[in-house]
Amino acid sequence: MQKLLSDLKYNQVAKVIKLNEGCQGFERFRLLDLGVVPGTEIRLALDNPLNDPIGYWIRGAVIALRKEQSNKIFVEIFDE
Amino acid sequence: MNNSTTILPKTKNSGCENCPQARDGHLKRLGINLDKTDFVIALAGNPNVGKSTVFNALTGLNQHTGNWPGKTVTRAEGGFQYAGANYKMVDLPGAYSLISKSADEEIARNFILFGKPDVTLIVVDATRLERNLNLVLQILEITDKVVICLNLMDEAERMGLKIDIRSLSRDLGVPVISTVARYRKGLKELLNTLSAVATGELVTKPKVRSYGNGKFSRAIKSISTRLKNEFPEIENTNWLSERLLDEDEDIIASLKSGELLDHARGDVEYSQFDAEKLTKDGIDLALNYQNEVDVIQKEATKLRMGLAVNFHDELVENHFTEAAKIASHCITYPDVKKRLYFDQALDKIVTSKTWGFPIMFLLLALVLWITITGANYPSKFLAFLLLDNVHPLLKDLSAQIHLPFWLDGVLIDGMYLATAWVISVMLPPMAIFFPLFTLLEDFGFLPRVAYNLDKIFRKAGAHGKQALTMSMGFGCNAAGVVATRIIDSPRERLIAIITNNFALCNGRWPTQILIASLFIGSLVPSYLAGLISSAAVIFVAVLGIFLTFVVSWLLSRTVLRGESSAFSLELPPYRPPRFWFTIYTSLIDRTVFVLWRAIIFALPAGALIWLVSNIDLNGISLAEYLVTWMDPFAILLGLNGIILLAYIVAIPANEIVIPTILMLTVQLSGITGIGEGSGVIFELDNQTDLMHLFEAGGWTLLTAVNLMIFSLIHNPCSTTLYTIYKETRSLKWTTISGLLPLLMGLIITFLITQAWGLF
Ligand SMILES: Nc1nc2c(ncn2[C@@H]2O[C@H](COP(=O)(O)OP(=O)(O)OP(=O)(O)O)[C@@H](O)[C@H]2O)c(=O)[nH]1
Ligand SMILES: [Mg+2]
Repeated sequence: MQKLLSDLKYNQVAKVIKLNEGCQGFERFRLLDLGVVPGTEIRLALDNPLNDPIGYWIRGAVIALRKEQSNKIFVEIFDE
Repeated sequence: MNNSTTILPKTKNSGCENCPQARDGHLKRLGINLDKTDFVIALAGNPNVGKSTVFNALTGLNQHTGNWPGKTVTRAEGGFQYAGANYKMVDLPGAYSLISKSADEEIARNFILFGKPDVTLIVVDATRLERNLNLVLQILEITDKVVICLNLMDEAERMGLKIDIRSLSRDLGVPVISTVARYRKGLKELLNTLSAVATGELVTKPKVRSYGNGKFSRAIKSISTRLKNEFPEIENTNWLSERLLDEDEDIIASLKSGELLDHARGDVEYSQFDAEKLTKDGIDLALNYQNEVDVIQKEATKLRMGLAVNFHDELVENHFTEAAKIASHCITYPDVKKRLYFDQALDKIVTSKTWGFPIMFLLLALVLWITITGANYPSKFLAFLLLDNVHPLLKDLSAQIHLPFWLDGVLIDGMYLATAWVISVMLPPMAIFFPLFTLLEDFGFLPRVAYNLDKIFRKAGAHGKQALTMSMGFGCNAAGVVATRIIDSPRERLIAIITNNFALCNGRWPTQILIASLFIGSLVPSYLAGLISSAAVIFVAVLGIFLTFVVSWLLSRTVLRGESSAFSLELPPYRPPRFWFTIYTSLIDRTVFVLWRAIIFALPAGALIWLVSNIDLNGISLAEYLVTWMDPFAILLGLNGIILLAYIVAIPANEIVIPTILMLTVQLSGITGIGEGSGVIFELDNQTDLMHLFEAGGWTLLTAVNLMIFSLIHNPCSTTLYTIYKETRSLKWTTISGLLPLLMGLIITFLITQAWGLF
C-alpha cells in the first residue's frame, strides 16, 4: 500500500516507490543524490525534540529530512 | 579478467606497503610552497569523509577539520614532493554530487570539472560506500585519472564490515587504496599510486557505462560537439550537455555570463550573488557570445522533447543500482549487524524530547562557565607579568636611553600597553574556549544542535544549517560568515550572514566577563559571584541566539521575503576527539591566529589612544573634546561618551573595547593614585581598583547592563564587514549588516534606559 515516508514508525521499513512530481529541481536532485531512489530501504533513526526534522537511515547514513521533504516521498511500509 | 594487474600499482604485488624498499621516493611536505608544480591533484568526495585530513597529512598544512558536513568551504592548496616530482594538492569542499547549488559544492564542482587536475583523488567513506559511489561513478564519467582513497577503514572495521579492496578496484577500473587518514595509515601506498597514475606509469581504465546508444546518448553527443566547436577551452562538454538537456538554469546562466569560461581558463572564486554580472570585456563580444549559447540552448530544448520526462532520475537510479551491485559484490556484512550501539543510544538522548534542549543548554553553559572561571587566573597572571613587571622595566629602559617624551608615550604607554592588555584579557578565554569548542566539534555535536534547532529556524524562514554557521560565529563572526557557504539558497544565506553578528564572538567575551564580574557579581554574596556573573554572560549569549531567530524572522517577512527552502542534513557518527592533538592544533592554529589579529589592531589603536589623550587644544585634550561632545547622546543610551568613543576606536577589533574604556576613564576622570597618569592604559589586576575607577567615571549598574547589551548588539567588527562584502560582493548588504544591529543596539539601550528611569 502506498504511503508517505512521514508515516514511517519505529520497527518498520519503508521501501521507496517514487518521488512526488511536485518535488522538482534542486530538492529532487538532492534527495536522489542522497540515495532516495525507487527501491531504497529507509528506517527511522531519530526523534526530534520539536518533532521535525526526523533522522532516517538511508543507505548507511543518518539523514535528517523535514516533513516537507518526507511528505514528498511515496513508500511502501513493512513491519520488521 | 586481467585488469587487476593494469590498475594496481606494481608495488602491491611485491608485498608490504610499509616496506621502505617498496619505492625509493619519500614524502616531503612542502606546505604552501608551490613554486614548481609538476602535477595537480584534486581532492574530491562527499562531505565529512576526511578529505582535509588527507590533505593535511600529505602537505603538512593545517586545514581545519571537523566532524560535520560542510567544514571546508573554500579551496585550499598545498604541496608535497614525492619520488622526484612536485605535486600541488587542492583541498575542496565536500559534495554529494556534481549537480549542486550551494556555494561550497559549486567550488568543488567547478574545480573537478573545469580545473584540469592531473589526478582526481576521491576520498570515500568506507562505512557509507554505496552512497559515496554515486559521486565516484559521476566523476568516472568525466575523467579517467582517478584514484580512490577508501578512508575511515577503522570505523568500517568497528562496524564489522569487510571490504574486498581488489574486487572494488576491479569493478571500478581504478586503483583503490584503503586508509585511516586520521592515523596516517595507508598513506604510503596512496602516494605510490598517486604518483604512478600522475606520471602515467599506471594507466587507469574506468569501467563506466557510457550514456548508452539510445536517443539520450545521441542528444548528448550532438550538443557536446557544438559546445566543443564554440568553446574549445571548456572541458567536459558531455557533462555540460547533460545539464543543458536538463535545463539547469544555474549552469545556463553561468555559461551565458562567461563565468564558466572563466573557470575553465583559470581561477575565479564563485559568488552566488552576481550571476548576472558580465565578466567578458566588450558588450558586442558578450552579445555575440550569448547568442551562441542561446542557439545551443534552443537545440537542447528541442532534443529534450524526445527524452523521458525525468531522465535525470534515471541517470541517478542507474548509478545507485550500479553502486548497490558493486557494494554487494565487495562488502561482507557481519552475521549479527554490529550497528553503532553507542552512537544510537547517545543520539536517542541528545535528540529526545526530554533531554534534547536541556543538554544543549547545559553544554553551552558549561563551556562558557569553564571559560569564564578558568580564564580568571591566567588573566591575572598575565596582567601581573606584562603590566606590573614588564611595563615598568620598559619605562626604565626608555628613561635610560632618553627616549623623547612623545615617542616613549606612543610606544610604551600607547602601543605596548594596549597590546599587553589585549593579550592578558584575550588570550586566556580564547585558549580555553577554542579547544573546548573544537572538542565538541570533533565529537560530532554541532550537527545535532542544527538538527534540534532546525524547526525554529524554519519557522523564522531561515535555513537549518544556520545553526552551524551560528556556532562558528561564537568563535569568530568572520569565520561564521564564510561558513554560510553551506547554505544553498541565496536568500537564506544572506539572512545567516546578516544575523551572524548576534552570535557573541570571542572578541566580545572579555568585555562581558569583566563587566559581569565587576557589576553583576558584586550584587550577590561573594560565594555566589562567580555563578551569577557566569549566568549573566550566558544570558547575553542566549539573548543573542534569541535575536538571531527574531531578526531572521523579521528579515524573511520583509526585505528577504520567502519561505524556508528544502533541507537535508547528514548526521555523522560520533567520533572520539583526539584530545591532545585538538588542544595543540586549536591553540597553535586558531588561538594564535585570532590573537595575532587582535595584536595587529591593538598596536595602532594604542598609539591613537595615547595621541588623542595627549594632544591638547586650548589645554583640553582631543579625547576630552570628543567625549564631552558625545556625552549627551550617550547618556540617553545609558552609556557615556567614553564608551561610545571606545566603540569607535574599536571598530577594527572588538577586543580592544575594554582597554580603551579603562584608559579613557582614568584620563578623563582625573583620578590619581592608580595607573601611571595621563593617557596610560594602566595596570589593574585588582577589582576594587577597577570599581573605584568606574565609580569615579560616573558608572552605575545601568551603565554596566547597557554596555553588555550594546557589546552584543552593535555593528560587526571591520574584519567581519569586509568578509561580508567579499562573500556578498554587495555594498548594500554590507551596509545593512553593519547598520541594522547598530540601530537595534541604540534603540534597545535607549529603551532600557527609559524603562530603568521608571523604577
Ligand atoms: N576514525 C577516523 N576518523 C577520521 C578519519 N579520517 C578523518 N577522520 C575524522 O573525520 C572528520 C572529518 O574529517 P575532515 O578531514 O574534516 O573531512 P572533510 O572530508 O574535509 O569534510 P568537509 O570539509 O566537511 O567536506 C574529522 O573529525 C576527522 O578527524 C579516519 O580515517 N578515521
Ligand atoms: Mg574538509
